[in-house]
Amino acid sequence: MNDKILLCGNEAIAEAAVQAGCLFYYGYPITPQNEISAYMSKRMPEVNGVFIQSESEIAAINMTFGTSTTGKRTMTSSSSPGISLKMEGVSYMASCELPVVVINVMRVGPGLGNITPSQSDYFQATKGGGHGDYHVIVLAPASVQECADLTQTAFELADKYRIPVFLLLDGIQGQMREPVLIGKPNNINSYDKTWCLTGAENREPNVVKSLYLNDNESEAHQEKLQNKYKLITSNEQRAELYKTESAQILIIAYGTPSRICKPVVDKYRKKGIKIGLFRPVSLWPFPKDELKKLDLSVEEYLVVEWSAGQMIEDVKLTVGSRKPVNFLGVLGGRPMTVKEVEDKVETIIAKHGVHI
Amino acid sequence: MTTYTLPDEIRKIRSHYCPGCGHGILHRLVAELVNELDITEKVIAIAPVGCAVIAYDYWKFDVSEAAHGRAPAVATGIKRSLPDKVVFTYQGDGDLLAIGLSEIVHAANRGEKISVFFVNNNVYGMTGGQMAPTTLSGQKTLTTPYGRNETEIGPPIDILKILQDFKNVVYLARGTVTSPKEINKTKEYMRKSLQIQMDNKGFSLIEILSPCPTYWGMTAINALKHINETVVKNYPLGIIKDE
Repeated sequence: MNDKILLCGNEAIAEAAVQAGCLFYYGYPITPQNEISAYMSKRMPEVNGVFIQSESEIAAINMTFGTSTTGKRTMTSSSSPGISLKMEGVSYMASCELPVVVINVMRVGPGLGNITPSQSDYFQATKGGGHGDYHVIVLAPASVQECADLTQTAFELADKYRIPVFLLLDGIQGQMREPVLIGKPNNINSYDKTWCLTGAENREPNVVKSLYLNDNESEAHQEKLQNKYKLITSNEQRAELYKTESAQILIIAYGTPSRICKPVVDKYRKKGIKIGLFRPVSLWPFPKDELKKLDLSVEEYLVVEWSAGQMIEDVKLTVGSRKPVNFLGVLGGRPMTVKEVEDKVETIIAKHGVHI
Repeated sequence: MTTYTLPDEIRKIRSHYCPGCGHGILHRLVAELVNELDITEKVIAIAPVGCAVIAYDYWKFDVSEAAHGRAPAVATGIKRSLPDKVVFTYQGDGDLLAIGLSEIVHAANRGEKISVFFVNNNVYGMTGGQMAPTTLSGQKTLTTPYGRNETEIGPPIDILKILQDFKNVVYLARGTVTSPKEINKTKEYMRKSLQIQMDNKGFSLIEILSPCPTYWGMTAINALKHINETVVKNYPLGIIKDE
């Protein structure tokens, strides 16, 4: 596709996945991500792919498990309560080192919460979510274009590191329509697939497993996983730096809230206030190296999240306690307003007088 | 004179199964069938959570583990990706009928072109002998110390009865391993299941009544007698559906 088309974030993710060679999609209905399965149900037959509306989220993630063992690209999607159900499979796939892309179009939680947008699954996505010592890569788009681009990045990273990769977005991005150019990656088949289950033809049998009953083997397996996470942490940090030059006030926000913060940065920069926006694009690994570099000029941080405060913990782990880390959080699924962010910025400026 | 030899598809290592367990026989039957049907290079098995979780230590072909109960979903993902391969799950009664009931019912209803070998020994073996969905009424287990009480827990469940009216289920049979004759019958049921898959006909499931002397509190011989005299009354042997 060479022309921009008007799609919602959910549809952009679906088409980007197809263009990235994902021909196996399994999912279960839940709002606000239903456009993905609707799109896939129509699209997969056109490309000789497979669409199954599974009997549960648990079945869906385990169908991706099966397809992933064969070396084919596969994806499932859901929203917060459904993602909780998938976590069993994600933990197994993390241990079995199976590539998969999982889309979480976040809604309010805990429980059924609300179908409106939220960012309250940050802990679940970045700190594990399922049982065991593991991480998944977590990417957070902030536009429909980025929904498409990061979906394709997610497939690359999943194959490169043999790891589940999450796209963590909120309901607004899933539903919002923007012009988008869907790319077509050309390195789809360039990854090692000698470990896959394809029938042991002219080779020794392969086994995909997460059980290691021998203590030494078990320890070696866990260490192998941890070494992979260390490698990813040093290689795959991603962030957007928006007007961060000499920033004394640094707003940190991802996803839709980052877009609400941008006009605030613009407004105060015009007034001569040195304010910038740091937008994590990879939530795990958290882009701590770039953030640390900005620390030199910063006097106060402001973390803006659609939650009671989850990413703020990673910010504090990164920047320490020498400078104030302010917080603006909105709960319950109500969109935050530009005015709310401005008011918070005003209180920070007031503290410092004309100094900032 | 015919001399029996183990097929290449089974590794000649020491078994971890208890004396008198049926899994050893069934692992061998699977390996023999893979050999006889000449599908060693195109078979992909899914091992369950339970006593048979390390089936891949015995079988010499591609095997995946699955989370407890999820083998039919994993098999679905494999078979849909590689329709020319021969895919089977090997599952116990807790795996298939308790935690994995949803996965097996829906895989069957979709008519996934897989073979399911369902080993029913009326008990959870791996975890120490708890009640299974297939535990017989009155049977004592670690978690039914006074015997399974039908009014509180319900009677044992029969998966073949559940699946027999499903349009996309083409073959259902139940065998046992209590004698060479029954073992041969069971093997033919399993062969037919794999053949049905290779002919692209649809879903099939073979249930095998298998002894667990350890958690039945019986000798190996008495466990076989128990199957022949009591278990088969709850779970009748034979071909249940063949279309």
